[in-house]
Amino acid sequence: MSDVQQGASSANASSPRSASGRSGGFDLGRILLEGRAFFALIAIIIIFSILSPVYFSTNNFLTMSSHVAIFGLLSIGMLLVILTGGIDLSVGSTMGLCGVMAGFLMQGVSVDAFGVTLYPPVWAVVVLTCVLGAFVGMINGVLVSIFRVPAFVATLGTLYVARGAALLMTDGLTYNNLGGNPEFGNTGFDWLGFNRLFGVPVGVLIFAAVAIACMFALNRTPFGRWVYATGGNARAAELSGVPVKRVQVWVYVLSGVCAAIAGLVLSSQLTSAGPTAGTTYELTAIAGVVIGGAALTGGRGNVRGTLLGAFVIGFLSDGLVIIGVSSYWQTVFMGAVIVLAVLLNSIQYKPRKKRAASTEHQKASPSSGTA
Amino acid sequence: MSSEESVMERPTRSGSETGEVVLSARNVAKSFGSVHALKSVNFDIRRGQVTTLFGENGAGKSTLMKILSGVIQPSAGEIVLDGEPVRFSSTVDAQRHGISIIHQELSLAPNMNVRDNIFMGRELGGPGGVDYAEEARETERLMAELDEPIGPLTLVEDLRLGQQQIVEIARALSVNSRILIMDEPTSALSASEVEVLFRVIEDLKSRGVSIVYISHHLEEALTITDHAVVLRDGAMTAWAERSEIDLEWIVRHMVGDNFDLGSPPTGHTMGEVALSFENVSVADVAVPERSVVDRLSLAVRAGEIVCIYGLMGAGRTELLECAAGRVSASEGRIMLEGEDISSLSIAERIERGLVLVPEDRQRDGLVQTMAVGENLSLASIGAFTRGLLTSRGREQAVIEASIRNVHIKTDGGAAGIGSLSGGNQQKVVIGKMLATHPRVVLLDEPSRGIDIGAKAEVFRLLAEGASNGLAVIYSTSEVGECLSVAHRIVVMSRGRISAEFGADVTREEIMAASGESAEG
Repeated sequence: MSDVQQGASSANASSPRSASGRSGGFDLGRILLEGRAFFALIAIIIIFSILSPVYFSTNNFLTMSSHVAIFGLLSIGMLLVILTGGIDLSVGSTMGLCGVMAGFLMQGVSVDAFGVTLYPPVWAVVVLTCVLGAFVGMINGVLVSIFRVPAFVATLGTLYVARGAALLMTDGLTYNNLGGNPEFGNTGFDWLGFNRLFGVPVGVLIFAAVAIACMFALNRTPFGRWVYATGGNARAAELSGVPVKRVQVWVYVLSGVCAAIAGLVLSSQLTSAGPTAGTTYELTAIAGVVIGGAALTGGRGNVRGTLLGAFVIGFLSDGLVIIGVSSYWQTVFMGAVIVLAVLLNSIQYKPRKKRAASTEHQKASPSSGTA
Repeated sequence: MSSEESVMERPTRSGSETGEVVLSARNVAKSFGSVHALKSVNFDIRRGQVTTLFGENGAGKSTLMKILSGVIQPSAGEIVLDGEPVRFSSTVDAQRHGISIIHQELSLAPNMNVRDNIFMGRELGGPGGVDYAEEARETERLMAELDEPIGPLTLVEDLRLGQQQIVEIARALSVNSRILIMDEPTSALSASEVEVLFRVIEDLKSRGVSIVYISHHLEEALTITDHAVVLRDGAMTAWAERSEIDLEWIVRHMVGDNFDLGSPPTGHTMGEVALSFENVSVADVAVPERSVVDRLSLAVRAGEIVCIYGLMGAGRTELLECAAGRVSASEGRIMLEGEDISSLSIAERIERGLVLVPEDRQRDGLVQTMAVGENLSLASIGAFTRGLLTSRGREQAVIEASIRNVHIKTDGGAAGIGSLSGGNQQKVVIGKMLATHPRVVLLDEPSRGIDIGAKAEVFRLLAEGASNGLAVIYSTSEVGECLSVAHRIVVMSRGRISAEFGADVTREEIMAASGESAEG
């Protein structure tokens, strides 16, 4: 009743209000719903801290964060793709392929024609690996935007091709010696995954840097606006002058680069590069994005949510390991969390329209009386 | 279940008397929020006769149809079926009472065959699952009745549009409809297919089926109708029998005597030619050999408002989309201020000052997931970008200027698009395009589904723009709009310009020009 009156008084000033204008009893529910990933993370930390004495410590958080960094990087690239309404299933394989590529380059490239073996410095390895990731992403992007192959199918294909290429490169074996040799001047690869800067693992810092860059790109650059517009309504975006096709290619390229960075960090953490690294990581990455509140239909989602989503997954699975839950149960838990997240997504995005419509009705009747 | 019930209700040919009232609307009204889409409408539908609803876009025809077919419920008034007041809770409910609707957009599944489409959702069960043989027999019987030899196993996508229309009718008949609502059934049909349809309608009439018919082709509708109901701005303005009326009568009641949205802006001098089409053709997407725009030439000067009047499917949308760069011309060239822009992208054309306000604002105009402000600034991001970054402050200035200039009623840039009324949403689309400071603006049916106040505002904006040297092309299917805004009116039909008038033309002349060509 009070809601209606409030609506009537505000209707005189202007037409229907946005979500912020609503007040009343369901506000708490609304806050819980919108900040669900955040509250889930808090709940996870509290529960595991109670269950295990070792969980709540800076060191453990840093260790868990460096695990989160790997698929968190994938999630951020995935977020860009999902925001445009696409999906990138190839990131896990791209990550594996890029790790192998890095391993291959660290072993030295022998050029038969000159009878020499080249040992590229670490920065060159990093750049070349990222270029490879970008290349795989570009193939995805071109397939999706120009040849109009459905994103699911195109990236599924790349998933297999990239994995196969990684296996071919190594003959199924793993590159173990990634430390480099001081004689060849290519040491320092382990810095990426092992070392700490100001007490924080470098991998986590890289993850944070990528996240901040992405946040900036999405919120403060034309490109970010184009990404949201493309995912929200590609036809309208195109007619507004948004280079929709170029945006689509770019998000896959960036996703590929993110996968390459993740591959570098992982192989550095493990000091080995195996061709099967990152298998099914694409699904974890998607789960992170979805738990973070992004809509798979595109146009909705943000970096903050995706970060929370990645941390929810990482802190939950590591917590389950710490308290000694069997890995079978871990899988069941992860699945349940993902389903729950998607369920909440549809609650958040669907009734919003209905609720907006009903408030419009409430307000429309008094305003029509005064008009 | 439902089919059994409707079988019982099926009119028996011998027992019923043609002309008796089967369905009537009593003071039916419907409002959506503060918009009164329908105000106290009264009329009867008689057995075995055709009742045609006339009215311009937004007059309330489709709202009325939706009420009669159970899609929506009236806010006031009642529907009386066979003397009993009824309330349809859904289309299925309406169908159970023998009322079926054939929508303007066909609702067939093109990937399925005729038989499966006709029995979709109410497949005939047999001992071993669906009784396909019985369904096929029934389909054949219906097709024979309709005098259209379409095999039950033909895929719907292989049929011509006219034949698909027949399949729709067969589906409606298969549920034993006694009242059939047809919404613009001829808009996609060729002349010969229209003849077939009219023969079917005559046949249905003789079997006691009542038809409610809606069409923009006035002459066509006059040839088959028995009663005419005219709607204007949601109110019924006239109701008469065929013998009492003529074309002029309908037009008079459709557009009204005091229908005035102002007059074209005068007093400013027109500049050079801003946009010109030179022998432009656009191929049909579905049938590449056919041209939807056929070697058309047209020039608009700075400060001039040109209305393109035409019926649905005349090629107006394709012409404008071709100018904007959405589709490419198969022939001819488009010149913007003396420069050939045929090979430029949409973004480049916007940059050079040519923008399109698309026909379907939900599908092509708005990004629903973005706020009002983000939608408004979407086309002019470059204006508030410095280096790599966008400037919040400058963007806010652009948004606020747009909201002010086009008079959008909103809580501010952060409000959701869904919170705005249709008219205000349309203004967002127009405001977005005007924020790019265009020199030529193309508007494709911008007044569709918005109320008269919003319409007047749109016209005011265009007049204001024109007096500042903006060239405007305005596509519409409402004659009244042409007269209130255009310096020049071009009638388009079948991809060509069939007539051209100055601002001093009368409604009847324009309608006649489009009507004649539609028949020919």
